[in-house]
Amino acid sequence: MAKRKTPILDELENGKWPSFVSDMKQEAEWRNKTDVDLQTPKEVCDDLLDLLELSLKDRECHWKHGGVAGVFGYGGGVIGRYCDRPEEFPAVKDFHTLRVNQPSSYFYKTDFLRQLCELWERRGSGITNMHGSTGDIILLGTTTPQLEEIFWELTHNLKQDLGGSGSNLRSPNCCIGKSRCEFACYDTQEACRNLTMEFQDELHRPSFGYKFKMKFDGCPNGCVASIARSDMSVIGTWKDDIRIDQEAVRAYVGGEFKPDGGAHAGRDWGPFDIVKEVIDLCPTHCMGWNGNKLGINHRECNRCMHCINTMPRALRIGTETGASILFGAKAPILEGAQLGTLTIPFMRMEEPFNEIKELVGKIWDWWSEEGRSRERLGELMQRKGFAKFLEVCEVKPDPRMIKEPRSNPYIFWKEADIPGGWERDIKDFRKRHQK
Amino acid sequence: MGYDAKNPMKDRITDIGPRDYKEFLPPVIKRNFGKWLYHEILEPGVLVHVSESGEKVFTVRVGGARLMSATHIREICDIADKHCDGYVRWTTRNNIEFMVDDEAKVKPLMEDLEKRKFAGGSLKFPRGGTGAGLTNIVHTQGYLHCHTAAIDASGVVKAVMDELYEDFGKMRLPAHVRISLACCLNMCGAVHCSDIAILGVHRKPPMVDHENLANMCEIPLAVASCPTGAIKATTVDDKKSVVVNNDKCMYCGNCFTMCPAMPLADAGGSGVAILVGGKLSNRITAPMFSKVVVPFLPNEAPRWPQTVEAVKKILNTYAKDAKKYERLGDWAARIGWERFFEKTDLPFTEHLIDDYRFAYTTWRTSTQFKF
Repeated sequence: MAKRKTPILDELENGKWPSFVSDMKQEAEWRNKTDVDLQTPKEVCDDLLDLLELSLKDRECHWKHGGVAGVFGYGGGVIGRYCDRPEEFPAVKDFHTLRVNQPSSYFYKTDFLRQLCELWERRGSGITNMHGSTGDIILLGTTTPQLEEIFWELTHNLKQDLGGSGSNLRSPNCCIGKSRCEFACYDTQEACRNLTMEFQDELHRPSFGYKFKMKFDGCPNGCVASIARSDMSVIGTWKDDIRIDQEAVRAYVGGEFKPDGGAHAGRDWGPFDIVKEVIDLCPTHCMGWNGNKLGINHRECNRCMHCINTMPRALRIGTETGASILFGAKAPILEGAQLGTLTIPFMRMEEPFNEIKELVGKIWDWWSEEGRSRERLGELMQRKGFAKFLEVCEVKPDPRMIKEPRSNPYIFWKEADIPGGWERDIKDFRKRHQK
Repeated sequence: MGYDAKNPMKDRITDIGPRDYKEFLPPVIKRNFGKWLYHEILEPGVLVHVSESGEKVFTVRVGGARLMSATHIREICDIADKHCDGYVRWTTRNNIEFMVDDEAKVKPLMEDLEKRKFAGGSLKFPRGGTGAGLTNIVHTQGYLHCHTAAIDASGVVKAVMDELYEDFGKMRLPAHVRISLACCLNMCGAVHCSDIAILGVHRKPPMVDHENLANMCEIPLAVASCPTGAIKATTVDDKKSVVVNNDKCMYCGNCFTMCPAMPLADAGGSGVAILVGGKLSNRITAPMFSKVVVPFLPNEAPRWPQTVEAVKKILNTYAKDAKKYERLGDWAARIGWERFFEKTDLPFTEHLIDDYRFAYTTWRTSTQFKF
């Protein structure tokens, strides 16, 4: 338990939603009772609770800005954290974070998790995030001398590496993919793992001007949110026709199957109306229903997933599958938020993923060369122009890459493309035109 | 055996990456990898996926706090050992999924999960987070571990989810609703494409610690960090420092990230902004950004009543007014933002009109408005 009174936190133990306060308190209690030879202060959770109470009361956090901490040979994976009131909260005086690179899609065996718990309770605070926003397992709070010990045990005993932080490749992340999803257009888990292994150096040793994230979504539903938050967003898609089981379509129309996989069961929306709920909502109006048969003009489909989501037993993604690749998504800092821009409409995604690796190489070379300090790829793309970016990628421009053509005529022509170039003689001009 | 501080490079292992996910896949998942035909939500928080092989996997999804102790993870392991042959997974939105290969195993698993409560009385494993309902809130560190936080994260999330608890397990909404929280503009958890985003913001320009700035910061980096050019190098009492043009400051905090001698968090100045209408699925409409509809609410621990109230108001108005399959942003776009503010009864103020980089793209350039 906390050493002081924590009325604000105590209030957060009420209510039905799982209380992180209760959870921290049970960990504090465990630490106080255990006979494990704890290598970090016994009272780390108690002090953390007290410090959090103080922050909530002050409405200001009590962590110092930054601080250097790490393991030898790596420039990322550890975030140094120091309390700004160390005398009052000595057990969290230094409280560093480790990012542990998550296995694809967060599947675990319990023996691994138990090993991790044992390590983290003995050598850290026992407090984690499952998981951090980028995807890593976050181990919250340990002391400087424990960092190398933890890294040694992680790599030797758990066969597990740290993730990325700082100006490097952050731990790539993916959706559940083919493990348990019928919509997965490629093996997101393998792509994620394969590229993570390929780029270990870039992940552990910062060599960029800023962070670089890559995420792998299996289909345009985008469960891992790659299009909004990764410098490289790889989104599964297909080129051929949606597979239709007409009998199953009729079963949906007849009310035999629940639309949207039963996602709307909490309210009475009336009987399923295929015209209102599917045909009319199709963004490209490429579908028709004649009372017996569903027709799709496949060439006009933009693969938004709505019809497939709504009738998953009747409609399946095509068989000529791969991914669309978008670049430059980021949160608002600094020039404003950006979504990924479609750059590669279609790429096959098969092992050993050489094509995408080569593309990443070209982009990193350009970004390293041209990018300013703390300039995300998306900002560099804006500063240099998308046409330049395509040149770097060695990709031909395609109307699929834009929402609409430019409405201003300020085109940057290349001199080489203009007959005669730009050099002209003003004297010659004056022969024809007086001042 | 173990780490030897005197010989740190001895037997050092590096660059081994994460464990191979294939080691951790439950056998039924491994057998049917890439063979799934369709899925169904049997009830809130319970999914079945059916394979071409005829095999099925049943998933029970429960919410969890992103902050999790080793004690709690061990309890999750105990449950997974008892019901799921020692396999378990998390989702990208901090939910926990227990999977079984037989329908008969679902009920005992659900009953086991339901009865588990924390000492304070809250549920350890609330079931839900599926379909056209509310799922878990993804969020950032907040006061627990971050130095740039404008608000707390875990506390606000707990306060909001307690109030919206019913919707986690109900599927009564017109479409999926994704709520996200970032405790400052850095958005280490991106929230800019969420149906409802709760964002920690500052409203006071940074203080400048002239006494220490030159020792703590690279002045050119601090100057260059400002997107509006509000920071200039100067000398104060013979010490090199910077001066901030307060009129140009938009409180993004980027200078503080670069220079610790420019703190800007403030008990009264910092608080909550609410953004709505973002999405990142390509379903029906294209992904879109969330828009600011509440510029500021005070930072009120432990229950953040004004924030909770605003979120509830938006969610309930949407639930009542939107059409089936319509995401919050699609609903707002259809009825028009003038109607959005009317129906939600949120005040519209000048703070909500964009004046940053691409501001003009959000101004109305037609006569197509509603009275």
